[in-house]
Amino acid sequence: MANNGAGKAEAAGENGAAEMSFELAMEKLETIVAKLESGDVPLETAIELFQEGMTLSRLCGQKLEQVERRIEMLVEGDGGLQRKPFSAGKEE
Amino acid sequence: MRGEPARALTIREITRLIKNKLEGDPGLQDVWLRGEISNFTLHSSGHMYFTLKDENARLKCIMFASYNQRLPFAPKNGMKVLARGGVSVYERDGQYQFYATAMQPDGIGSLYLAFEQLKRKLEEEGLFRPEAKRALPLYPRTVGVITSPTGAAVRDILITLERRNPGVHVLLYPVSVQGTGAAPSIVKAIREMNELGAADVLIVGRGGGSLEELWAFNEEVVARAIRASAIPVISAVGHETDFTISDFAADIRAATPTAAAELAVRHIGELRQELAHLEQRMSGALGRGLARAKERWQHAARSPYFTQPRRSLLVQAERLDRLKEALRYRIRAEQSRAQERATRLAGRLQAVNPRQQIVHARQRVTAASKGLELAMNAIARDKASRFGSLVRQLDALSPLKVMARGYSLAYDEQEQKLIRSVNEVQPGDLIRLRLTDGKLDCQIWGIHGEEQVNG
Repeated sequence: MANNGAGKAEAAGENGAAEMSFELAMEKLETIVAKLESGDVPLETAIELFQEGMTLSRLCGQKLEQVERRIEMLVEGDGGLQRKPFSAGKEE
Repeated sequence: MRGEPARALTIREITRLIKNKLEGDPGLQDVWLRGEISNFTLHSSGHMYFTLKDENARLKCIMFASYNQRLPFAPKNGMKVLARGGVSVYERDGQYQFYATAMQPDGIGSLYLAFEQLKRKLEEEGLFRPEAKRALPLYPRTVGVITSPTGAAVRDILITLERRNPGVHVLLYPVSVQGTGAAPSIVKAIREMNELGAADVLIVGRGGGSLEELWAFNEEVVARAIRASAIPVISAVGHETDFTISDFAADIRAATPTAAAELAVRHIGELRQELAHLEQRMSGALGRGLARAKERWQHAARSPYFTQPRRSLLVQAERLDRLKEALRYRIRAEQSRAQERATRLAGRLQAVNPRQQIVHARQRVTAASKGLELAMNAIARDKASRFGSLVRQLDALSPLKVMARGYSLAYDEQEQKLIRSVNEVQPGDLIRLRLTDGKLDCQIWGIHGEEQVNG
């Protein structure tokens, strides 16, 4: 049971990390770097912080490389505004 | 008729009066004039001299260098302009002229006036206050673009975003950016973008054009909608030289749509670099932490307590010996001091030996007890002789003695009460007589009262 609970918490944590915005991740990463550089954290904590920081950094990197770019245009339809893909054609 | 007036004005005085009159008339100061430039001269001093004319009249004008330096165009003969300034008199020539402080090419004159008025109004209202400006988000996911879907602006923005960060989403709200419907359409777009809440930052603008073409961005409603937006707004209207009211109301003005896209998102390379730099700093910090820890560990491990444990024991043993020695020395010193003190005290004690006092006191006690005995004996003798004499006196007073001389005492029957008078008894009463050698029980037979004898 305890294992189950831990497993769930971990899964939730991973989900949370995946949902974390780039901005929040960067902010956390910067905080960690500042804390590490201050030099007044115990070594164990420093190692944990470092690991967390590397995870955040990888997350940020992944987010940067997600090139699933969406360019959409809002078009007024029957049920209000709707999104349609948009490409800037060469209309001269 | 032939008499001279008492006082004639000088020409200078009359000119001064006229000048004051003109300068004091609000209708002649801070006015806008529309006319065509002729006789234009740019003097070496920097001042501009010219004439403004229309079909019916002409007016000499001057624009001083301090004002004309900021002119956004070069005045030329034949150019229709709108000039702002006031009328005054050039005293030397007795000529009234227009002193221009600002000038615009005409044709857009009314628009320019409206622009200036609106700008001042909104400025006074605080719409452009720097404190009201919001910071742009550092890492926007979605950039909202409010512009024409067919113009050059949207293309520039998309190309720039693609180049800088291909991961950023773009949400375009198509609007018309010129003509009468433009302003309401832009206002609606800003509101709906805010309601939708999908964009982290808004770019509102269009490409370059004439002042009339850019006019929608000078409309009050647009400026207010920009300021009211909860999402930060980047304005991007026209080219570098075009300033609109929207630019002042926006959180930041971009000179061009391309610049707006650059302001909106950071370059992905820059972000990658920043990430790499952060990782480096982390590694560096952790490395330093580890090095410090290692150094501390080594320092501890190198300690002689670990490398030569026996040596540390020897040190302790030596210390123990020293302490023992010190203790011994201290005890000896303490002992001899105590001894010395005891001797000294014994001497002092001897000096104050109380034997003499005891002998003396004993003598005093003996003398005192002897005195006491003598005094006691004297008192006893005295008391005894006094007692003897008292006894003799008492004996002399004893009624027994009196009775021995033949007197008797009469008592009542129970021998309780002494009968002192004949009145105390009646004939027949039993009485008891007490004599010196015994008692007689008697009965009264008769009573013979006696005359009261005096003495």
